[in-house]
Amino acid sequence: MALDRKIRVLVAKVGLDGHDRGAKVVARFLRDAGFEVIYTGLHRTPEEVAMAAVQEDVDVVGISLHSGAHMALVPKVMKYIEEYGGDLSEMVILVGGIVPEDDIKRLMEMGVDSVFIPGTPIERIIDFIKKRVPEKKRIKKERA
Amino acid sequence: MNLEDVVKGLEKGNRRALARAITYVENDYPEGKEIMKRIFKKTGNAHVVGITGFPGVGKSTTVSKLVQKFRERGKKVGVVAVDPGSPFTGGALLGDRLRMEGLDVSKNLWLDPDVFFRSMSSRGRAGGLAWKTGDVIRLLDAFGFDIILVETVGAGQSEVDIVEVADTSIVIMMPEMGDDIQINKAGILEIGDVYVVNKADLGGAEKTVKWLKSMIMMDQEAVEILGKTTHADELAVQSGEIFERMRRGRDWIPPIITTVADRGEGIDELVDAIERHFSHLISSGKLKERRVRRISREVFSIITEEIRSILIHDRGEDFRRVVEMVVNNEIDPHTAAEKMIRELRANS
Repeated sequence: MALDRKIRVLVAKVGLDGHDRGAKVVARFLRDAGFEVIYTGLHRTPEEVAMAAVQEDVDVVGISLHSGAHMALVPKVMKYIEEYGGDLSEMVILVGGIVPEDDIKRLMEMGVDSVFIPGTPIERIIDFIKKRVPEKKRIKKERA
Repeated sequence: MNLEDVVKGLEKGNRRALARAITYVENDYPEGKEIMKRIFKKTGNAHVVGITGFPGVGKSTTVSKLVQKFRERGKKVGVVAVDPGSPFTGGALLGDRLRMEGLDVSKNLWLDPDVFFRSMSSRGRAGGLAWKTGDVIRLLDAFGFDIILVETVGAGQSEVDIVEVADTSIVIMMPEMGDDIQINKAGILEIGDVYVVNKADLGGAEKTVKWLKSMIMMDQEAVEILGKTTHADELAVQSGEIFERMRRGRDWIPPIITTVADRGEGIDELVDAIERHFSHLISSGKLKERRVRRISREVFSIITEEIRSILIHDRGEDFRRVVEMVVNNEIDPHTAAEKMIRELRANS
Protein backbone atom coordinates (compact mmCIF):
# COMPACT_ATOMS: atom_id res chain seq x y z
CA MET A 1 0.00 0.00 0.00
CA ALA A 2 1.45 3.31 -1.01
CA LEU A 3 0.61 6.59 0.65
CA ASP A 4 -1.71 8.80 -1.41
CA ARG A 5 0.45 11.85 -0.88
CA LYS A 6 4.09 12.91 -0.70
CA ILE A 7 6.06 11.47 2.19
CA ARG A 8 7.57 14.23 4.34
CA VAL A 9 10.92 13.62 5.98
CA LEU A 10 12.75 15.72 8.56
CA VAL A 11 16.51 15.28 8.33
CA ALA A 12 17.94 16.47 11.62
CA LYS A 13 21.35 17.16 13.04
CA VAL A 14 21.25 17.20 16.79
CA GLY A 15 23.76 18.24 19.40
CA LEU A 16 27.40 19.23 19.19
CA ASP A 17 28.27 17.53 15.94
CA GLY A 18 29.48 19.48 12.95
CA HIS A 19 29.50 16.67 10.41
CA ASP A 20 26.59 17.14 8.08
CA ARG A 21 28.00 15.96 4.77
CA GLY A 22 26.22 12.63 5.26
CA ALA A 23 22.94 14.26 6.27
CA LYS A 24 23.06 16.55 3.24
CA VAL A 25 23.80 13.69 0.86
CA VAL A 26 20.94 11.64 2.30
CA ALA A 27 18.61 14.67 2.11
CA ARG A 28 19.53 15.15 -1.53
CA PHE A 29 18.92 11.52 -2.47
CA LEU A 30 15.63 11.42 -0.59
CA ARG A 31 14.61 14.47 -2.58
CA ASP A 32 15.41 12.64 -5.80
CA ALA A 33 13.39 9.69 -4.57
CA GLY A 34 10.35 11.98 -4.57
CA PHE A 35 10.13 12.80 -0.86
CA GLU A 36 9.65 16.27 0.60
CA VAL A 37 12.69 16.74 2.76
CA ILE A 38 13.14 19.40 5.42
CA TYR A 39 16.68 19.87 6.68
CA THR A 40 17.15 21.40 10.14
CA GLY A 41 20.72 22.59 9.78
CA LEU A 42 23.44 21.92 12.36
CA HIS A 43 23.48 21.99 16.15
CA ARG A 44 19.79 21.66 16.91
CA THR A 45 18.61 20.67 20.35
CA PRO A 46 16.32 17.64 20.82
CA GLU A 47 13.50 20.05 21.67
CA GLU A 48 13.97 21.98 18.41
CA VAL A 49 14.03 18.82 16.32
CA ALA A 50 10.89 17.53 18.05
CA MET A 51 9.04 20.82 17.61
CA ALA A 52 9.98 20.96 13.93
CA ALA A 53 8.74 17.38 13.47
CA VAL A 54 5.37 18.31 14.99
CA GLN A 55 4.89 21.62 13.15
CA GLU A 56 5.97 20.21 9.80
CA ASP A 57 3.78 17.12 10.38
CA VAL A 58 6.44 14.82 8.96
CA ASP A 59 6.06 11.10 8.43
CA VAL A 60 9.73 10.37 9.07
CA VAL A 61 12.33 11.86 11.40
CA GLY A 62 15.89 10.95 10.43
CA ILE A 63 18.41 11.86 13.09
CA SER A 64 22.02 12.01 12.01
CA LEU A 65 24.72 11.70 14.65
CA HIS A 66 28.44 11.16 14.52
CA SER A 67 29.19 12.43 18.00
CA GLY A 68 28.55 9.20 19.89
CA ALA A 69 25.81 10.88 21.90
CA HIS A 70 22.99 8.91 20.27
CA MET A 71 21.96 7.09 23.44
CA ALA A 72 21.47 10.41 25.18
CA LEU A 73 19.95 12.47 22.37
CA VAL A 74 17.72 10.12 20.36
CA PRO A 75 15.46 9.17 23.31
CA LYS A 76 15.18 12.86 24.15
CA VAL A 77 13.99 13.75 20.65
CA MET A 78 11.38 11.00 20.92
CA LYS A 79 10.28 12.11 24.37
CA TYR A 80 9.78 15.71 23.25
CA ILE A 81 7.89 14.70 20.12
CA GLU A 82 5.29 13.09 22.37
CA GLU A 83 5.40 16.00 24.77
CA TYR A 84 4.62 18.45 21.96
CA GLY A 85 1.64 16.39 20.87
CA GLY A 86 3.31 14.32 18.16
CA ASP A 87 2.34 10.69 17.71
CA LEU A 88 5.25 8.25 17.62
CA SER A 89 2.92 5.40 16.72
CA GLU A 90 2.56 6.84 13.22
CA MET A 91 5.95 8.51 12.85
CA VAL A 92 8.95 6.60 11.55
CA ILE A 93 12.12 7.32 13.55
CA LEU A 94 15.43 6.64 11.84
CA VAL A 95 18.96 7.09 13.11
CA GLY A 96 21.97 7.46 10.87
CA GLY A 97 25.61 7.61 11.81
CA ILE A 98 28.30 5.79 13.69
CA VAL A 99 26.38 3.60 16.11
CA PRO A 100 27.84 0.42 17.71
CA GLU A 101 25.89 -2.81 17.32
CA ASP A 102 24.83 -3.05 20.98
CA ASP A 103 23.45 0.44 20.83
CA ILE A 104 21.52 -0.33 17.64
CA LYS A 105 19.71 -3.06 19.53
CA ARG A 106 18.95 -0.76 22.42
CA LEU A 107 17.73 2.04 20.16
CA MET A 108 15.40 -0.35 18.35
CA GLU A 109 14.03 -1.49 21.70
CA MET A 110 13.28 2.14 22.51
CA GLY A 111 11.14 2.37 19.39
CA VAL A 112 13.58 3.53 16.73
CA ASP A 113 12.45 1.95 13.45
CA SER A 114 15.88 1.47 11.96
CA VAL A 115 19.51 2.50 12.30
CA PHE A 116 21.66 3.05 9.22
CA ILE A 117 25.41 2.94 9.68
CA PRO A 118 28.06 4.36 7.32
CA GLY A 119 28.20 2.45 4.04
CA THR A 120 24.46 1.79 3.87
CA PRO A 121 23.34 1.94 0.24
CA ILE A 122 20.93 4.85 -0.19
CA GLU A 123 18.36 2.58 -1.87
CA ARG A 124 18.03 0.67 1.37
CA ILE A 125 17.01 3.82 3.22
CA ILE A 126 14.58 4.82 0.47
CA ASP A 127 12.99 1.37 0.27
CA PHE A 128 12.71 1.20 4.04
CA ILE A 129 10.88 4.56 4.19
CA LYS A 130 8.55 3.64 1.34
CA LYS A 131 7.61 0.41 3.07
CA ARG A 132 7.60 1.46 6.69
CA VAL A 133 5.60 4.71 6.50
CA PRO A 134 2.35 3.24 5.15
CA GLU A 135 2.85 0.12 7.25
CA LYS A 136 2.98 2.11 10.47
CA LYS A 137 -0.05 4.20 9.56
CA ARG A 138 -1.98 1.04 8.71
CA ILE A 139 -1.11 -0.62 12.01
CA LYS A 140 -2.25 2.50 13.82
CA LYS A 141 -5.55 2.52 11.96
CA GLU A 142 -6.18 -1.13 12.71
CA ARG A 143 -5.60 -0.59 16.40
CA ALA A 144 -7.93 2.40 16.47
CA MET B 1 -6.42 12.69 14.37
CA ASN B 2 -9.80 12.75 12.68
CA LEU B 3 -11.69 15.75 11.41
CA GLU B 4 -13.45 16.50 14.69
CA ASP B 5 -10.21 16.24 16.69
CA VAL B 6 -8.53 18.65 14.32
CA VAL B 7 -11.33 21.23 14.38
CA LYS B 8 -11.57 21.06 18.17
CA GLY B 9 -7.80 21.22 18.47
CA LEU B 10 -7.68 24.30 16.26
CA GLU B 11 -10.19 26.03 18.50
CA LYS B 12 -8.13 25.17 21.56
CA GLY B 13 -4.91 26.45 20.00
CA ASN B 14 -3.35 23.02 19.61
CA ARG B 15 -0.27 23.22 17.34
CA ARG B 16 -0.45 19.56 16.42
CA ALA B 17 -4.02 20.05 15.17
CA LEU B 18 -2.86 23.01 13.09
CA ALA B 19 -0.02 20.93 11.62
CA ARG B 20 -2.41 18.13 10.70
CA ALA B 21 -4.99 20.56 9.28
CA ILE B 22 -2.31 21.94 6.96
CA THR B 23 -1.47 18.40 5.80
CA TYR B 24 -5.13 17.75 5.00
CA VAL B 25 -5.47 21.01 3.12
CA GLU B 26 -2.15 20.76 1.30
CA ASN B 27 -3.02 17.32 -0.02
CA ASP B 28 -6.55 18.22 -0.99
CA TYR B 29 -8.18 15.68 1.30
CA PRO B 30 -11.95 16.00 1.77
CA GLU B 31 -11.23 16.76 5.44
CA GLY B 32 -9.27 19.80 4.29
CA LYS B 33 -12.21 21.34 2.50
CA GLU B 34 -14.45 20.72 5.50
CA ILE B 35 -11.93 22.31 7.89
CA MET B 36 -11.68 25.36 5.64
CA LYS B 37 -15.43 25.75 5.68
CA ARG B 38 -15.61 25.52 9.44
CA ILE B 39 -12.82 27.94 10.27
CA PHE B 40 -13.66 30.57 7.67
CA LYS B 41 -15.58 32.84 10.07
CA LYS B 42 -12.46 33.24 12.17
CA THR B 43 -10.26 34.49 9.35
CA GLY B 44 -9.52 37.98 8.10
CA ASN B 45 -7.65 39.38 11.08
CA ALA B 46 -4.03 38.71 10.24
CA HIS B 47 -1.67 40.94 8.31
CA VAL B 48 -0.27 38.78 5.51
CA VAL B 49 3.22 39.83 4.48
CA GLY B 50 4.78 38.29 1.38
CA ILE B 51 8.53 38.07 0.93
CA THR B 52 9.89 37.45 -2.53
CA GLY B 53 13.06 37.92 -4.52
CA PHE B 54 15.61 36.04 -6.57
CA PRO B 55 17.27 32.90 -5.12
CA GLY B 56 19.97 33.61 -2.59
CA VAL B 57 19.20 37.26 -1.86
CA GLY B 58 18.45 36.44 1.78
CA LYS B 59 14.70 35.89 1.96
CA SER B 60 14.82 33.20 4.65
CA THR B 61 17.36 35.07 6.72
CA THR B 62 15.24 38.21 6.51
CA VAL B 63 12.16 36.21 7.47
CA SER B 64 13.86 34.82 10.56
CA LYS B 65 14.88 38.30 11.70
CA LEU B 66 11.38 39.62 11.00
CA VAL B 67 9.93 36.85 13.14
CA GLN B 68 12.14 37.94 16.00
CA LYS B 69 11.31 41.65 15.66
CA PHE B 70 7.58 41.06 15.40
CA ARG B 71 7.77 38.84 18.49
CA GLU B 72 9.58 41.64 20.33
CA ARG B 73 6.66 43.86 19.41
CA GLY B 74 4.26 41.37 20.94
CA LYS B 75 2.89 39.89 17.73
CA LYS B 76 2.21 36.21 17.18
CA VAL B 77 3.87 35.11 13.97
CA GLY B 78 3.07 32.32 11.53
CA VAL B 79 5.42 31.50 8.66
CA VAL B 80 4.74 29.65 5.42
CA ALA B 81 7.94 29.06 3.49
CA VAL B 82 7.67 27.68 -0.01
CA ASP B 83 10.57 26.01 -1.77
CA PRO B 84 10.55 24.43 -5.21
CA GLY B 85 9.27 20.91 -5.68
CA SER B 86 10.71 19.02 -8.59
CA PRO B 87 8.51 18.79 -11.67
CA PHE B 88 10.54 15.64 -12.52
CA THR B 89 10.58 13.51 -9.37
CA GLY B 90 8.03 15.34 -7.21
CA GLY B 91 10.63 15.57 -4.48
CA ALA B 92 11.75 18.72 -2.71
CA LEU B 93 14.50 19.92 -0.43
CA LEU B 94 12.87 22.44 1.87
CA GLY B 95 15.68 24.54 3.27
CA ASP B 96 14.07 27.68 4.66
CA ARG B 97 13.51 26.50 8.21
CA LEU B 98 17.19 26.02 8.88
CA ARG B 99 17.77 29.78 8.61
CA MET B 100 15.47 30.38 11.57
CA GLU B 101 18.02 31.90 13.84
CA GLY B 102 17.27 34.97 15.92
CA LEU B 103 19.91 37.42 17.05
CA ASP B 104 19.05 36.90 20.67
CA VAL B 105 20.20 33.47 21.89
CA SER B 106 17.95 33.68 24.92
CA LYS B 107 14.88 33.68 22.69
CA ASN B 108 14.50 30.45 20.79
CA LEU B 109 12.28 30.98 17.75
CA TRP B 110 11.95 27.24 17.16
CA LEU B 111 10.35 26.69 20.57
CA ASP B 112 8.43 29.93 20.94
CA PRO B 113 4.77 28.93 21.40
CA ASP B 114 3.70 32.04 19.49
CA VAL B 115 5.69 31.13 16.40
CA PHE B 116 4.61 28.46 13.92
CA PHE B 117 6.72 27.60 10.92
CA ARG B 118 5.61 25.42 8.05
CA SER B 119 7.66 24.48 4.97
CA MET B 120 5.80 23.78 1.76
CA SER B 121 6.83 22.39 -1.60
CA SER B 122 5.60 24.24 -4.67
CA ARG B 123 5.06 20.76 -6.15
CA GLY B 124 6.16 21.84 -9.57
CA ARG B 125 3.82 24.79 -9.79
CA ALA B 126 5.09 28.00 -11.38
CA GLY B 127 4.30 31.38 -9.88
CA GLY B 128 6.35 31.17 -6.71
CA LEU B 129 3.81 29.63 -4.34
CA ALA B 130 2.28 26.23 -3.69
CA TRP B 131 -1.23 25.56 -4.94
CA LYS B 132 -2.72 25.58 -1.44
CA THR B 133 -0.72 28.43 0.07
CA GLY B 134 -3.82 30.62 0.30
CA ASP B 135 -5.68 28.07 2.39
CA VAL B 136 -2.68 27.46 4.65
CA ILE B 137 -2.50 31.22 5.28
CA ARG B 138 -6.18 31.15 6.24
CA LEU B 139 -5.55 28.32 8.70
CA LEU B 140 -2.79 30.32 10.39
CA ASP B 141 -5.06 33.36 10.36
CA ALA B 142 -7.91 31.48 12.03
CA PHE B 143 -5.47 30.05 14.56
CA GLY B 144 -4.81 33.59 15.77
CA PHE B 145 -1.50 34.70 14.34
CA ASP B 146 -1.26 38.48 13.99
CA ILE B 147 1.40 38.42 11.30
CA ILE B 148 1.74 35.75 8.64
CA LEU B 149 4.98 35.81 6.70
CA VAL B 150 4.84 34.05 3.36
CA GLU B 151 8.16 33.33 1.72
CA THR B 152 8.05 32.45 -1.96
CA VAL B 153 10.43 30.17 -3.79
CA GLY B 154 13.45 31.98 -5.13
CA ALA B 155 11.54 33.88 -7.76
CA GLY B 156 12.37 34.52 -11.36
CA GLN B 157 11.35 37.70 -13.10
CA SER B 158 7.72 36.83 -13.61
CA GLU B 159 6.77 34.91 -10.49
CA VAL B 160 4.29 37.30 -8.97
CA ASP B 161 1.64 35.06 -7.39
CA ILE B 162 2.53 36.50 -4.01
CA VAL B 163 0.38 39.58 -4.68
CA GLU B 164 -2.60 37.26 -4.82
CA VAL B 165 -2.22 36.27 -1.18
CA ALA B 166 -0.30 39.06 0.56
CA ASP B 167 -1.56 42.37 1.92
CA THR B 168 1.98 43.71 1.85
CA SER B 169 4.55 42.44 -0.66
CA ILE B 170 8.24 42.84 0.02
CA VAL B 171 10.69 42.42 -2.82
CA ILE B 172 14.25 41.73 -1.75
CA MET B 173 17.19 42.62 -3.98
CA MET B 174 20.91 42.66 -3.41
CA PRO B 175 23.76 44.65 -4.95
CA GLU B 176 25.09 43.76 -8.39
CA MET B 177 21.96 42.04 -9.59
CA GLY B 178 21.87 43.96 -12.80
CA ASP B 179 21.69 47.52 -14.00
CA ASP B 180 18.80 49.98 -14.28
CA ILE B 181 17.43 48.15 -17.32
CA GLN B 182 17.08 44.95 -15.30
CA ILE B 183 15.36 46.90 -12.55
CA ASN B 184 12.88 48.45 -14.96
CA LYS B 185 11.84 45.13 -16.47
CA ALA B 186 8.27 44.07 -15.97
CA GLY B 187 7.25 41.47 -13.44
CA ILE B 188 8.58 41.01 -9.96
CA LEU B 189 9.86 44.56 -9.61
CA GLU B 190 6.41 45.98 -10.21
CA ILE B 191 4.84 44.34 -7.20
CA GLY B 192 6.75 45.69 -4.20
CA ASP B 193 4.96 47.66 -1.51
CA VAL B 194 8.34 47.76 0.18
CA TYR B 195 11.72 47.14 -1.47
CA VAL B 196 14.74 45.82 0.38
CA VAL B 197 18.36 45.92 -0.71
CA ASN B 198 19.91 43.19 1.41
CA LYS B 199 23.62 42.40 1.82
CA ALA B 200 24.13 46.16 1.80
CA ASP B 201 27.59 45.64 3.25
CA LEU B 202 28.68 44.41 -0.17
CA GLY B 203 29.76 47.14 -2.56
CA GLY B 204 27.28 48.66 -4.97
CA ALA B 205 24.25 48.87 -2.70
CA GLU B 206 23.86 52.65 -3.28
CA LYS B 207 23.62 52.06 -7.01
CA THR B 208 20.87 49.48 -6.58
CA VAL B 209 19.00 51.83 -4.25
CA LYS B 210 19.33 54.68 -6.74
CA TRP B 211 18.01 52.59 -9.62
CA LEU B 212 15.12 51.31 -7.54
CA LYS B 213 14.23 54.88 -6.61
CA SER B 214 14.12 56.07 -10.18
CA MET B 215 12.12 52.98 -11.15
CA ILE B 216 9.51 53.77 -8.52
CA MET B 217 9.36 57.46 -9.48
CA MET B 218 8.64 56.54 -13.07
CA ASP B 219 5.41 54.99 -11.97
CA GLN B 220 3.02 55.16 -14.85
CA GLU B 221 0.28 56.82 -12.90
CA ALA B 222 2.50 59.74 -11.97
CA VAL B 223 3.68 60.17 -15.53
CA GLU B 224 0.12 60.14 -16.85
CA ILE B 225 -1.13 62.74 -14.43
CA LEU B 226 1.85 65.02 -15.00
CA GLY B 227 1.53 64.59 -18.75
CA LYS B 228 -2.03 65.79 -18.66
CA THR B 229 -1.19 68.95 -16.76
CA THR B 230 -1.30 71.60 -19.48
CA HIS B 231 -2.04 75.32 -19.29
CA ALA B 232 -5.67 74.48 -19.58
CA ASP B 233 -5.35 72.66 -16.30
CA GLU B 234 -3.88 75.71 -14.62
CA LEU B 235 -6.99 76.41 -12.67
CA ALA B 236 -7.12 72.87 -11.49
CA VAL B 237 -3.47 73.11 -10.51
CA GLN B 238 -4.07 76.32 -8.61
CA SER B 239 -7.04 74.93 -6.83
CA GLY B 240 -4.86 71.99 -5.86
CA GLU B 241 -7.14 69.55 -7.59
CA ILE B 242 -4.34 68.04 -9.68
CA PHE B 243 -2.17 67.52 -6.66
CA GLU B 244 -5.10 66.07 -4.88
CA ARG B 245 -5.53 63.65 -7.75
CA MET B 246 -1.83 62.80 -7.67
CA ARG B 247 -1.88 62.28 -3.96
CA ARG B 248 -4.86 60.03 -4.27
CA GLY B 249 -3.22 58.00 -6.98
CA ARG B 250 0.15 57.91 -5.29
CA ASP B 251 -0.60 57.87 -1.63
CA TRP B 252 1.88 55.09 -1.02
CA ILE B 253 5.40 55.49 -2.31
CA PRO B 254 7.21 52.17 -1.75
CA PRO B 255 10.11 52.76 0.61
CA ILE B 256 13.52 51.23 -0.05
CA ILE B 257 15.17 49.74 3.01
CA THR B 258 18.82 48.68 3.07
CA THR B 259 19.59 45.71 5.29
CA VAL B 260 22.28 43.30 6.33
CA ALA B 261 19.85 40.65 7.41
CA ASP B 262 22.20 38.14 9.01
CA ARG B 263 23.44 40.86 11.37
CA GLY B 264 19.93 42.23 11.88
CA GLU B 265 20.80 45.63 10.44
CA GLY B 266 17.88 47.57 8.99
CA ILE B 267 15.29 45.08 10.24
CA ASP B 268 13.68 47.57 12.65
CA GLU B 269 13.24 49.99 9.75
CA LEU B 270 11.77 47.18 7.66
CA VAL B 271 9.27 46.25 10.35
CA ASP B 272 8.31 49.94 10.68
CA ALA B 273 7.75 50.14 6.92
CA ILE B 274 5.61 46.98 6.97
CA GLU B 275 3.48 48.34 9.79
CA ARG B 276 3.17 51.74 8.08
CA HIS B 277 2.01 50.04 4.91
CA PHE B 278 -0.66 48.12 6.78
CA SER B 279 -1.99 51.30 8.39
CA HIS B 280 -2.01 52.89 4.97
CA LEU B 281 -3.97 49.95 3.53
CA ILE B 282 -6.57 50.31 6.25
CA SER B 283 -6.91 54.10 6.20
CA SER B 284 -7.03 54.30 2.40
CA GLY B 285 -9.58 51.53 2.08
CA LYS B 286 -7.15 49.57 -0.06
CA LEU B 287 -7.08 46.60 2.27
CA LYS B 288 -10.69 45.91 1.51
CA GLU B 289 -10.11 46.55 -2.19
CA ARG B 290 -7.22 44.08 -2.30
CA ARG B 291 -9.13 41.46 -0.37
CA VAL B 292 -12.18 41.79 -2.60
CA ARG B 293 -9.93 41.28 -5.62
CA ARG B 294 -8.26 38.32 -4.00
CA ILE B 295 -11.49 36.63 -2.98
CA SER B 296 -13.03 37.15 -6.43
CA ARG B 297 -10.01 35.44 -7.95
CA GLU B 298 -10.21 32.66 -5.44
CA VAL B 299 -13.91 31.95 -5.91
CA PHE B 300 -13.39 32.21 -9.65
CA SER B 301 -10.66 29.60 -9.59
CA ILE B 302 -12.72 27.26 -7.40
CA ILE B 303 -15.60 27.54 -9.87
CA THR B 304 -13.40 26.88 -12.91
CA GLU B 305 -11.88 23.92 -11.05
CA GLU B 306 -15.41 22.58 -10.41
CA ILE B 307 -16.37 22.99 -14.04
CA ARG B 308 -13.23 21.18 -15.06
CA SER B 309 -14.11 18.34 -12.78
CA ILE B 310 -17.67 18.24 -14.16
CA LEU B 311 -16.30 17.99 -17.69
CA ILE B 312 -13.84 15.29 -16.71
CA HIS B 313 -16.10 13.21 -14.48
CA ASP B 314 -19.87 13.87 -14.42
CA ARG B 315 -20.19 14.86 -18.08
CA GLY B 316 -17.09 13.10 -19.32
CA GLU B 317 -18.97 11.22 -21.99
CA ASP B 318 -20.61 14.33 -23.47
CA PHE B 319 -17.28 16.08 -23.38
CA ARG B 320 -15.50 13.29 -25.20
CA ARG B 321 -18.32 13.24 -27.74
CA VAL B 322 -17.84 16.90 -28.76
CA VAL B 323 -14.08 16.41 -28.82
CA GLU B 324 -14.64 13.46 -31.13
CA MET B 325 -16.70 15.70 -33.42
CA VAL B 326 -13.79 18.11 -33.70
CA VAL B 327 -11.39 15.25 -34.34
CA ASN B 328 -13.65 14.08 -37.18
CA ASN B 329 -13.67 17.56 -38.66
CA GLU B 330 -17.43 17.86 -38.13
CA ILE B 331 -17.20 21.06 -36.11
CA ASP B 332 -14.47 23.46 -35.00
CA PRO B 333 -13.22 23.78 -31.39
CA HIS B 334 -15.10 27.05 -30.74
CA THR B 335 -18.39 25.60 -31.86
CA ALA B 336 -17.66 22.49 -29.81
CA ALA B 337 -17.10 24.58 -26.70
CA GLU B 338 -20.26 26.61 -27.31
CA LYS B 339 -22.22 23.41 -27.80
CA MET B 340 -20.89 21.94 -24.56
CA ILE B 341 -21.69 25.10 -22.60
CA ARG B 342 -25.21 25.19 -24.03
CA GLU B 343 -25.71 21.61 -22.90
CA LEU B 344 -24.37 22.34 -19.42
CA ARG B 345 -26.69 25.33 -19.10
CA ALA B 346 -29.71 23.38 -20.31
CA ASN B 347 -29.04 20.70 -17.74
CA SER B 348 -28.57 22.95 -14.76
